[in-house]
Amino acid sequence: MKFGVITFPGSNSDEDAFLAITDVLGQEGVKLWHKDHDLRGVDVVILPGGFSYGDYLRAGAIARFSPIMREVVAHADRGGPVVGICNGFQIACEAGLLPGALLRNASLQFVSELCRVRVETTETRFSNQYAPGQILRLPIAHGDGRYTADDATLDRLEQNGQVVFRYVNAKGETDPSADPNGSMRGIAGIVNERGNVLGLMPHPERAAEAIVGSADGVALFESLLAQVGV
Amino acid sequence: MSRYRVAVHIVPRRGLLDPQGKAVADALHSLGFNGVRDVRVGRHLVIDADAPEPQSAERVVRDMCAKLLANPVTEDFEIANVEQA
Repeated sequence: MKFGVITFPGSNSDEDAFLAITDVLGQEGVKLWHKDHDLRGVDVVILPGGFSYGDYLRAGAIARFSPIMREVVAHADRGGPVVGICNGFQIACEAGLLPGALLRNASLQFVSELCRVRVETTETRFSNQYAPGQILRLPIAHGDGRYTADDATLDRLEQNGQVVFRYVNAKGETDPSADPNGSMRGIAGIVNERGNVLGLMPHPERAAEAIVGSADGVALFESLLAQVGV
Repeated sequence: MSRYRVAVHIVPRRGLLDPQGKAVADALHSLGFNGVRDVRVGRHLVIDADAPEPQSAERVVRDMCAKLLANPVTEDFEIANVEQA
């Protein structure tokens, strides 16, 4: 399977994503530049973490207008999978690929830690290799991760099973103290209604090998492979 | 065509948690400004643009706000001023 990783000016997790795909998963990785006009035939697009355009105006607000985003939106419209990680999640929201927005952490502090998230649904092409309710250890590193949407949108996300990951405590329960950024309903990751665009604040690509503290992120990418039987 | 200077305020929507505003309010309280009830921290942009008349300069800045400058999910905006630049 061919994974394209887009580098925006200010991306910093693009190499991590590329290594997870190539070294760990043994899949083909394609490095794409934000000024490209062609996705070069990739099956999956990864919008990586970082601080594209210095987070000017709002995180992700400017990156959304990069030339390649037109191709990414077209890819998503065709049903092609897109994974937005951290800054990529912010970009996907700004681009209208996902509902809601990511605001300044409620604590006003940048959080960099290994958090716990619970797999809320395995019925997505990004989570089918996890067990229902599985607790994952994934790193987070962000200043603007507070997922926010209006109540109607949040209700719809819950009813449609679009909430994929939620922050939980050591017992696996949702708890305001386990929500590192004040996200509404503890939401750490969602898919769009069609189920082909995932956005999440935690970094699965930085949890791809036990030696770095966790390999819990690998199954996210394996889920995409399982989908097509690679 | 004339040149107009359009000022726009963009603020976090009321009802949404604004931690920056809350931190500023707390600081003001600690300075003794006890009358402070609420603070919201937003952005103030000043845009110089060519337009045939002030109304169209305002209209085009509203369009900019809707498309880029404000996030419709979380922010409100208002045109604060339009003047000849």
